[in-house]
Amino acid sequence: MEHTSLLERILRGVALTLVVIFFMFPILWIFMMSFQTNETILRIPPQLIFEPTLANYTALITGKLMTAAGTLDIAFMRNLWNSVFLSVTSVAVSLLLGVPAAYAFARHKFRGSEDIAFTLLSFKFAPALLVLLPLTLYFQKLGLANTYFGLIWVYQLICLPLILWIVRGYFEDIPADIEYAYRIGGHSWFATFRKIALPLAGPGIAAAGLLAFIFAWNNFVFALVLASADKQPVTVGALAFITSSGIQYGQISAAIVLSITPTLALALYAQRYLVEGLSLGAVKG
Amino acid sequence: MSPTALTISGVDKFYGPIDRGVHAVKNLTMEIGKGEIVALLGSSGCGKTSTLRMVAGFEEVSRGAIAVAGRQVHTLPPVRRNVAMAFEGYSLYPPLTVRENMAFALKAARLPRSEVDARVASIAKLLEIEDILERYPSSISGGQQQRASLGRALIREADLHLLDEPMGQLEPQLRAVLRGRIKHFIKERGLTAILVTHDQTEANALADRIAVMEGGVLQQFDTPDRIKERPANLFTGTFVGEPPMNVFEAFVGTAHDRINLRLPDGLSLDYDRNAFSGPVRDQLLSRERVVIGIRPYAVRRSKDGVPATVLANQWLGDQTHIAADFAGGSLVLVEHDRTRLDLGAPIKVSIDPKNLHVFDQASGKAISHGMELA
Repeated sequence: MEHTSLLERILRGVALTLVVIFFMFPILWIFMMSFQTNETILRIPPQLIFEPTLANYTALITGKLMTAAGTLDIAFMRNLWNSVFLSVTSVAVSLLLGVPAAYAFARHKFRGSEDIAFTLLSFKFAPALLVLLPLTLYFQKLGLANTYFGLIWVYQLICLPLILWIVRGYFEDIPADIEYAYRIGGHSWFATFRKIALPLAGPGIAAAGLLAFIFAWNNFVFALVLASADKQPVTVGALAFITSSGIQYGQISAAIVLSITPTLALALYAQRYLVEGLSLGAVKG
Repeated sequence: MSPTALTISGVDKFYGPIDRGVHAVKNLTMEIGKGEIVALLGSSGCGKTSTLRMVAGFEEVSRGAIAVAGRQVHTLPPVRRNVAMAFEGYSLYPPLTVRENMAFALKAARLPRSEVDARVASIAKLLEIEDILERYPSSISGGQQQRASLGRALIREADLHLLDEPMGQLEPQLRAVLRGRIKHFIKERGLTAILVTHDQTEANALADRIAVMEGGVLQQFDTPDRIKERPANLFTGTFVGEPPMNVFEAFVGTAHDRINLRLPDGLSLDYDRNAFSGPVRDQLLSRERVVIGIRPYAVRRSKDGVPATVLANQWLGDQTHIAADFAGGSLVLVEHDRTRLDLGAPIKVSIDPKNLHVFDQASGKAISHGMELA
């Protein structure tokens, strides 16, 4: 840094500012909209100065939406809870299934192992809409449509391949000899998996879990088709703000702010550990 | 005979399907006594590490049986074989300090704290790593990691200690010192050790017996002296020894009372019949073609020898290595003085039949070493 000229530093600052503005502007604008009423939002030209109101948040949290046409019940808090429940449970199930599977794929080359691993990955290739129609029919026959169980199962299509493939890479990066050294020191393979492989792949597992959580949280189509109002996550629930009396931009913005808060908080929290874990590394000696 | 520490009987290793995959170890049979140090010596891919890993339990045995201290172990998991191992890639646990790495197995075996500390201290002193005991593996050098890994293996009281290239990363001086100390340590405690190495100096210095492997086949399993003096076949003869043994194909001929070993390029080594012992002479005369081998330090320059031309002349500080164009190939001589010979200079060399190794031309098996049959 000390070798850069003043001009270079100024240019770099300007460039960085432009990039940050470009990426942050929509989020900032949404954040600002969430404190405005529809009237101030739809003013032309748009203005940066406004009188902030908490009405949008109040409406979301109390579940009563006042519109020109009257009072409307909205299930936003319920949706938020559904999102949390669906995402957390799906990721937990995926980790439980995916991490041991990833370990198996990383450490044991058995007949067809590559094919199975690839098949699991291929779940991510298929467009969700293509899968959805037959899935909906099956789920209705099986009584799984509009159940948490069914949704979590379908969410495995999102989470499991992601976790499996990311974590597998991390396991493969751990030299097998470290595990052998532990085993020959008097431990079973299961103890080795728990005490050596899992902690060493920890940052990778956390990263994969976080990514899977974000994907699950942001999912829209599966929930739209397979869940009715009381099981819907926020992504689908936000549709309710498109009402007969107009689009409730203020409430939509507030809903977005509330719904990205958990993922943002989680990402910021996990980031510290991710970076720490990755830089600790030095597994390869 | 002392009790056996390791018995390997008819072991095959295939990577991939049996009989169709890569045949890494071929019908290996060997027995190692308790308290012995054995070196598995060979070039890369000769099957020595595969053998070690089968003994440790990290590779499945495709065929055959392995017994450690009289117990059949080849179907047991590593944890139940009671063997210790130092890995070529060190494989220290990154989140643990050097001390914790070394004490790990002892703690798992529930040894009292004072005993663990004492043992770590003594091993650390032996390997000169006392000052890095509290450091983490990522912050120490490769040589230090290697010593820590070696310490982690030696600290245990196992039936068998497997050391995979245990000193490859050490500086030459330290290596020489540690060899002596480690050998003393192993012998003093009556441990049994198998080390895998491609460094013959290390094998010679440490091992009671050397198992030379090539192409997955055990070529010879004997003491370092006998391997050098009585190589079982052409491979061992040329692989062990520095610089390597000179070998030439020769036609066996007789003229009057003399035996000719006719070399390519019209050269011939001419010996009196009685220069060979009776059995060796009989063997020689019963064949048309043989391969002869001669160690570089046994080749002499003399006035009435066979002509050769100097190709290279290197003074190594304590000996001279001369390479000469000889019989369509090259011949290396070692002399202990500083020899002044220009490139292209004609010399004459003679080979005493007492130093001649004779091998079968087709199979490469040794026929005779000097005056004795193989």
